[in-house]
Amino acid sequence: MTFKESDHGAVPFWRDERYLQIIIQIAVVLALIAIGWYLINNLLTGLQNLGIPLSFKFLSLTAQFDIGEKLIEYNRNNSYARALTVGLLNTVKVSFLGIIFATIFGIIVGIARLSKNWLVSKLAAMYVEALRNIPLLVFLIFLSTSVFHKLPRVKNALSIGNFAFLTNRGIYVVWPRVAEGWGVYRWFLLLAFIVGFIVATIKFREGKRTGRMPLYWLWGFVVFAILAVIFWFIAQIMAGQPLRLDFPSLQGRNFQGGQSLTPEFMAIFSGLVIYTSAFIAEVVRAGIQAVSKGQREAATALGLSGFQTMRLVIFPQAMRVIIPPLTSQYLNLTKNSSLAIAVGYPDLFAVGSTIINQSGRAVEVILITMGVYLTFSLLTSLFMNWYNKHTRLVER
Amino acid sequence: MTTLTPTKEILPPPTERITILGWMKKNLFGSIGDTILTFAAGAFLVWLVYSIGHWIFFSAQWAAVTDNVHLFMKGQYPGSEDWRLWLLLYLLGLVVGLSWGIFLKRAETVGWVLLIVPIVLAVWIWSLGRQSWMNLLLIDVLAIVGYFLGKRYPKQLARPTYIMILLYMPLVILLVRGFGENGFLKLVTTNLWGGLLLSLLLAVFGIVFSFPFGVLLALGRQSKLPALKTLSVIYIEVIRGVPLITLLFMGQLMLPFFLPSGIIIDRVIRATVAIIMFAAAYMAENVRGGLQSIPKGQYEAADALGLNGFQKMTFIILPQALRAVIPVLVGQFIGLFKDTSLVALVGLLDLLGIARGVLANPNYIGRQLEVFAFIALIYWVFSYGMSYGSRRLEIALGVGER
Repeated sequence: MTFKESDHGAVPFWRDERYLQIIIQIAVVLALIAIGWYLINNLLTGLQNLGIPLSFKFLSLTAQFDIGEKLIEYNRNNSYARALTVGLLNTVKVSFLGIIFATIFGIIVGIARLSKNWLVSKLAAMYVEALRNIPLLVFLIFLSTSVFHKLPRVKNALSIGNFAFLTNRGIYVVWPRVAEGWGVYRWFLLLAFIVGFIVATIKFREGKRTGRMPLYWLWGFVVFAILAVIFWFIAQIMAGQPLRLDFPSLQGRNFQGGQSLTPEFMAIFSGLVIYTSAFIAEVVRAGIQAVSKGQREAATALGLSGFQTMRLVIFPQAMRVIIPPLTSQYLNLTKNSSLAIAVGYPDLFAVGSTIINQSGRAVEVILITMGVYLTFSLLTSLFMNWYNKHTRLVER
Repeated sequence: MTTLTPTKEILPPPTERITILGWMKKNLFGSIGDTILTFAAGAFLVWLVYSIGHWIFFSAQWAAVTDNVHLFMKGQYPGSEDWRLWLLLYLLGLVVGLSWGIFLKRAETVGWVLLIVPIVLAVWIWSLGRQSWMNLLLIDVLAIVGYFLGKRYPKQLARPTYIMILLYMPLVILLVRGFGENGFLKLVTTNLWGGLLLSLLLAVFGIVFSFPFGVLLALGRQSKLPALKTLSVIYIEVIRGVPLITLLFMGQLMLPFFLPSGIIIDRVIRATVAIIMFAAAYMAENVRGGLQSIPKGQYEAADALGLNGFQKMTFIILPQALRAVIPVLVGQFIGLFKDTSLVALVGLLDLLGIARGVLANPNYIGRQLEVFAFIALIYWVFSYGMSYGSRRLEIALGVGER
């Protein structure tokens, strides 16, 4: 039996959900466009009246300010664009190093919280609870003013052997520098890496074939390390020592040689690492606890050792739970590095704010800064989506 | 089939006797490695406690803190109007006491801690010769009275308590800000608000006003209408992708341009707007988590009952979704409270801003450790208290059990 529309009487279009949905959407979009147009119009005319119309041409003007820390060549005669790049690279540097160290500390603390040793687990819990409940900014300013700027003067620097000197002007540590043999040695290193990679791949394939997976990455790494040591001596005979340790030493009023780490960098770096590691510790703990007890018991029943249980059963399953919140912590660390402005480290945001003070181009600089951070976060979410697809539980 | 012949005596299962020594053997000295770890950790702990204790009682000079307690608490808020803040605190004590008595019933450890802390503070402040100690004790007394009243008459007092909780926010705005040029409840401009008062107000405004926006954004993101969905996703992802500090700078530097010339909004409100915009995006994601946890059957049941979309959301879906995310929301609130410290970077005098101001005073030069330890402790107590309270609330509401 079929209904004709006339049997019921046609639904008037203002009560038909299909039309209503379209009408609501058009109304919302129009309203937003109207508001947005009004605000942007205000902005453009306001800037016009101030004599600084919206344009990005100012980026090529000379910056005329110095930046204390830089990874690329920069001086005060370079352009604003160059200054922003220096800031961006500083952000990348502190975030990258911060992520690596925060992960290491976070995993250690997270595992310590699950330790069977009561005292150790309570100490780890104290560390986490103490840090998670204070603002990062307070912690950073505290580190900067009461720790790294309170270190002794250069004359009576705290020294750790000959390897590191701690002063209020910065920390100087011993550092390897390339020497005459490096030109040859780097090709040897590449060769060693390729061989190590091949060995790891062979071991991995073998594991796949036989079902007894060896520690293939360890195999690769050991082969690489042994070759690297052998090649070191060969390179030394052929062309001289590839790397030489550069020790810092007091020359006149300041330390020379070695790698210097400014108090500003140390404050933001150690602050981010310590603070984020507390959050990562919680993520790791939750991930390991999320693996059900039966898995551990089953692994024990199969006769796996404690280490094997961890490596083959617990960890692969915990990773699936850990990775998504872990990446969001990495993203938080990167965004939090913008607080460097409070301790004087010239990251992207701090350089941007200097440029705002100097050129008055607030709108443009803020847009650029936000764009950069947004790009970081979009890249991270792309990776996340890929990872989630890759490791999703496949249910039958 | 064989039958089991019951043994005459059924032995009880062996019970584990826990002695102090046994506990220590198991948890501290299980193996050689464990023993070494225990001693190392113990030595570290002793050193830590000793050096912190020594610093607090012998080497620290607390004058920078004790001289400026009123600044840390309320900034430049005029002393003649202090009674308004005290009045709000009395009410808060009463409301907290009542809700504790009505909803949580038992006086747990944390309750006693909450009661004892003001007494200790009052004695301390009394020993400093300040006038605030009586007020602190009064808050405490009100909280205790509220607790016993709430426990005695839970039915009758539940409704008034709800009303008081709802009315508390408007009352805060009314009392703290005031109106009119002079006389009773005269206007206190926002540039005089500061210290802990400002930090708390920013956090509370941020969470309360971002809540409706967050719920709307979450619903928009779940919506089937493509335009609404796209707009919500763009807003949420853009805000979550940038640091709060850029939004605060945008509020301070760009917001004035967006408005027609002649309209000036004061700095505290600009910062609040930035915080609300920021919090709304995170709120939306948290609420979305709650919405996703609602099984499809609930939607279908609501449809089957003939509820329309609005009724379905307000009466069926949202109450369940929001209850499921209470712990996450408390977590967000704690994060927001900590994040309010960022307004110090745009020149507002919140707790951190006041601390920096005090340290700039030549009388207190070099007293960073004392001042930062003090404000860190304040932030810590509030954040930890909230997370503890939320855990209790979770148990009381049975989140995750039903």
